[in-house]
Amino acid sequence: MAKKLMKGSEAIGEAAVQAGCKLFFGYPITPQNEIPEYMSHRLPQVGGTFVQAESEVAASNMIYGAAGSGERVFTSSSSPGISLMQEAISYIAGAELPVVLVNIMRAGPGLGGILPSQADYFQATKGGGHGDYRLLVLAPWSVQEAADLVQDAFDLADYYRNPVMVLGDGLIGQMMEPCEFKEGRVPCKPLPPKTWAATGCKGDRPTNIINSLYLDAKELEDHNQKLVAKYEAMKKDEVRFAEFNTGEKADLLIVAYGTVARVCVTAIEDLKAEGIAVSMVRPITLFPYPYEKVKEEAQKAKAVLVVELSTGQMIEDVRLAVEGRRPVHFYGRQGGMLISPEEIVAKAKSILAEAPAPPLKRETKREARNG
Amino acid sequence: MAETVFCRPEALAKVHTHYCPGCTHGVIHRIVAEVVDELGVRERTIGIAPVGCSVLAYDYFTTDFQEASHGRAPAVATGIKRARPDLVVFSYQGDGDLASIGMGEIIHCANRGEKITVIFVNNAIYGMTGGQMAPTTLQGQVATTCPMGRDVALAGYPIRISELLSTLRTPAFIARASVHTPLMAVNAKAMIRRAFEYQIANACFSLVEVLSTCPTNWGIPPVEAAAWLEANMIPYYPLGIFKVPEKEDRAAKPMGA
Ligand SMILES: Cc1ncc(C[n+]2csc(CCOP(=O)(O)OP(=O)(O)O)c2C)c(N)n1
Ligand code: SF4
Repeated sequence: MAKKLMKGSEAIGEAAVQAGCKLFFGYPITPQNEIPEYMSHRLPQVGGTFVQAESEVAASNMIYGAAGSGERVFTSSSSPGISLMQEAISYIAGAELPVVLVNIMRAGPGLGGILPSQADYFQATKGGGHGDYRLLVLAPWSVQEAADLVQDAFDLADYYRNPVMVLGDGLIGQMMEPCEFKEGRVPCKPLPPKTWAATGCKGDRPTNIINSLYLDAKELEDHNQKLVAKYEAMKKDEVRFAEFNTGEKADLLIVAYGTVARVCVTAIEDLKAEGIAVSMVRPITLFPYPYEKVKEEAQKAKAVLVVELSTGQMIEDVRLAVEGRRPVHFYGRQGGMLISPEEIVAKAKSILAEAPAPPLKRETKREARNG
Repeated sequence: MAETVFCRPEALAKVHTHYCPGCTHGVIHRIVAEVVDELGVRERTIGIAPVGCSVLAYDYFTTDFQEASHGRAPAVATGIKRARPDLVVFSYQGDGDLASIGMGEIIHCANRGEKITVIFVNNAIYGMTGGQMAPTTLQGQVATTCPMGRDVALAGYPIRISELLSTLRTPAFIARASVHTPLMAVNAKAMIRRAFEYQIANACFSLVEVLSTCPTNWGIPPVEAAAWLEANMIPYYPLGIFKVPEKEDRAAKPMGA
């Protein structure tokens, strides 16, 4: 297929169709209404089914049911709706079902506003619902990347039997960019047959039960450990990030994800023109998080700046990565206010003006001792 | 050679249930299993277990099963049925599950006319959590969260689900039965069979409300529990067919109509 100018929401919907997903259950909420709207006319064209549920609670339980039958299924919503889905998400993770969820984040808390935000980072990456579980979380920064990651999300969900969330901000859903769906796309993971699905126990096949209830403590602990092993495999094999302007040394490392990282690129170029070297790591998977890469690049810089459309959420993972070796600064806007390159340039300059030279010598000594 | 006239249905697992003595959940399980067998659909049936005393239903049937969260079984059933319309999908839900926390899901599932079958077990109490008031607890009935008896000035009147759902314009099969005597159980089976037949014919949503005993949380012995059900529940929850897809009026008809 040739490149087409597409709205992010449409690209997300089309990507799901291209990935062979024929089922969508959802409930309207701004700023992602274009996704269900697109699915409502597109799915019937491919023999699929669209259901407008009575609530996000119902929609998420519908995808739980559909996934139990082994079919590819997805839903999309925005922050308040995703909160209502946490119950089902926890059950889906517990029952190890592959589903794809798209959260086009809006500003909160509460009803908040309808403008772009990144304030659901904690909810997406640290649990959200009850119990010990993790979502695999993918954060696109362009319409094309949203389309690619949605397709990958279905493969990753099937491979790991785990819910995968594509976490975008309002800009991703609304902006129009050229987007291409390549013919003959190869799945990003091997796709084992879904022998676990509840599809009717024909012949001699033992019954398949889709379940997250383990009343025996040891059995549940074993199940928890099985999930942990899966999350560890993700940490080993699925970490994705992009880097910008990285090299031997930098004055400052910026860490940002999603559309915010695009604004940072402009700021980095402006700073370069003034002789200030700024590198950037852009996490693409938020879980698993690229701790190693952030740590490595942080050590080449004098300080680190985290830029987010929140009051500071991903910064906690950056601090974990940096392990106190460099000062970690924050710049964020909230409420749907966007960040301009000028604001980032100003923040970077103020950090570098006050940044004491990093204690390289002492650290080298300590590392030598530890090593 | 001896002829087998009575045996365990194939769709019923060869295990002991955890239900209390005198609880009619087991009878209702058996009826559902017999119907599944008689219609020859065991290998394409998916059951949805609720949260409630029947949470382990997946261990008691030999069909594929999916466990739902509290009240959401109709949404889960919708997902399965829309994904795989060739499957026979039934949910099995208590009155706390369906009429309280899951009220939204059941109304909208019925209203969309999902081609599923709901077995709604009304025992007028929360069984699993220890006898709290349910939306179906009768006026004056004592429960652990209404120790002086249900006060309708505070809690409202018990909800009659079959009547309520039959007001929906969408075609459906809705009936109320009981299993507290063998004859009643035979009638209940006829209703449940009809409900599954409507689903298999892809005709409509179907729900059979089955009045059930909870001797443990009613605080009365099993035999008395059956009598209590007859004396107290049936007057308020009349048995019969409330809605058939072929007709639009919703007046209750006598059993067997
Ligand atoms: C979200 C949630 N809230 C509460 C509970 C606790 N809970 C378990 S069973 C139940 C009530 C079950 O009563 P009913 O549906 O009448 O079924 P019965 O046990 O009488 O068969 C409740 C409130 C739960 N598991 N999940
Ligand atoms: S508590 Fe009541 S509903 Fe539950 S198994 Fe015992 S008698 Fe049956």
